[in-house]
Amino acid sequence: MAFFRRKKFKNGLREKKRVVTDGQFTKCENCNTTFWKKDLEENLMVCPQCGYHFKIYSLDRLKMLFDDEKFEEFDEHLYSPDPFNFVDKKAYKDRLKDMEAKTGIKDAVRCAKGKIGGYDAIVVALEYRFIGGSMGSVVGEKITRMVEKSLELKIPLIIVSASGGARMMEGVLSLMQMAKINSALARLDEAGIPFISVLTDPTTGGVTASFAMVGDLNIAEPGALIGFAGPRVIEQTIRQKLPEGFQRSEFLLRHGMLDAIVDRRNLKEYIVRALKFFLTDAKK
Amino acid sequence: MEKENSKKELEQFEKTLAEIERLGENEKTRKEIEDLRKKISELKKKILSELTPWQRTKLARHENRPYSLDYIERLFTDFEEIHGDRKYADDPAIIAGFGFYKGIPVVVIGQQKGRNLKERQHRNFGMPQPEGYRKAIRVMKMAEKFGKPIFTFIDTPGAYPGIGAEERGQAEAIAYNLREMAKLKVPIISNVIGEGGSGGALGIGVSNRILMLENAIYSVISPESCSAILWKDQEHIKEAAENLKLTSKDLFEFGIVDEVVKEPEGGAHNDHDLAAKFLDEAMERHLKELMKLSGDELVEDRYKKFRKMGVIAGE
Repeated sequence: MAFFRRKKFKNGLREKKRVVTDGQFTKCENCNTTFWKKDLEENLMVCPQCGYHFKIYSLDRLKMLFDDEKFEEFDEHLYSPDPFNFVDKKAYKDRLKDMEAKTGIKDAVRCAKGKIGGYDAIVVALEYRFIGGSMGSVVGEKITRMVEKSLELKIPLIIVSASGGARMMEGVLSLMQMAKINSALARLDEAGIPFISVLTDPTTGGVTASFAMVGDLNIAEPGALIGFAGPRVIEQTIRQKLPEGFQRSEFLLRHGMLDAIVDRRNLKEYIVRALKFFLTDAKK
Repeated sequence: MEKENSKKELEQFEKTLAEIERLGENEKTRKEIEDLRKKISELKKKILSELTPWQRTKLARHENRPYSLDYIERLFTDFEEIHGDRKYADDPAIIAGFGFYKGIPVVVIGQQKGRNLKERQHRNFGMPQPEGYRKAIRVMKMAEKFGKPIFTFIDTPGAYPGIGAEERGQAEAIAYNLREMAKLKVPIISNVIGEGGSGGALGIGVSNRILMLENAIYSVISPESCSAILWKDQEHIKEAAENLKLTSKDLFEFGIVDEVVKEPEGGAHNDHDLAAKFLDEAMERHLKELMKLSGDELVEDRYKKFRKMGVIAGE
């Protein structure tokens, strides 16, 4: 009666009973507690145990902030033609292709318009997975266009940063994006249109030293690395170990560089409240 | 290889010239001397034009290269320095002040390196702290209040990466300057005279015109750091310098720099007076053009200049 016989493997062992858990669990990078991935996602990628904020995708950021996860995206088709023919260990052209395959976007930023708490608003979210969220010509151009759109439509601008800074592979062109964006923000500032800068882990270099630090409100998620120079560069320059917690959100708040630290789970609520403050006429 | 040959040839010519000169000048040697001098000059030009980006980087950092104060001394009269950011400190790595340019009252901002060890330490090797940027914008706003044009001199390895600088908001100081310079209703001319070190340079560089000396560099990162980050070693500095496109010629081609200003034979370090004279000629011309524009037109002109920077595809 071979039909009923248990299946034997070459080594003679029976197949073990097991539940497929692959990819269903995840460990907190900070406190090492293991969770169901679904639970973590429902908690907006914040560790339920210790409150550690995981890095999140730009798409999830947009869904998280806009009402009913509804929004319209802009300029998704723009890409870098590699103006310098930059080649380090890998050609920049190939790097860009690989990044597009990995992230599904052509450069390190998503720009969208939608409603937040009923208010029309523009949200720019940097994508850290795409060459460290670095800013080249495309990121600079897309953000500048959003500042201009915000100016044209007279609606608030929110930029969520997650970036290592200016992108080396486009050299000085990347550097000039800092001036380009901040020149546009100068117009927004003079027009009295609100700009909220949200700094997330990490925000450093040319991104901190341009748009991320000139919001009407500069707020950060807890524990985010925020600074001008990277910690390694500073260590090499001053040849000493850096103090615990240096360049983290809490450190910046203490030194007067941030308006508030806002938990991701309260971020939307905070932004809605801020928009209500900015957009409600005091004389009525 | 060819460069090595040119250098050997140059040495040979210089030796011969010295020998002839020692014999004394007469009818016979005069023409020979003249010919030799001409050949030497042409060879020097050839060598200079063949410099690699890394060699040019070293020239831009040459310790005898004229610094901001060397130009200020030669180009402005009755210059008075203005110190401090009125918030925390005075940063000697950035000089600010008022003076007169061909009789026109102007404000001058310049990053300053030192020429000997003591001076270098005093100037923090030309690496500004947040206070330097805050002093710069404070003085530039004063210039705007009184309708005076602004000249800035860019020469820094970068903004200082230190604990105190981070605590006091290095990034915020630069970010604020980038936005506020965009609003100023007076002519702003920036001169890149040596090293244009990333955000630290740009922090005083949002201007209507960017003039760049032939052997100056302007880059998002130093070749050394670029090699360290992308190749994880110090063996690829030369390659990094090539890749970064940091020379005046590159920047002119990419539409960042408005004019490349020629330098004295062999580089600005050979003749500070002549270097200043060449720059003076360009500065005067550009200032004259900008003085014709109204405050609003100047802001618009500056916006358009930076708005078109960058190379994108996929429209």
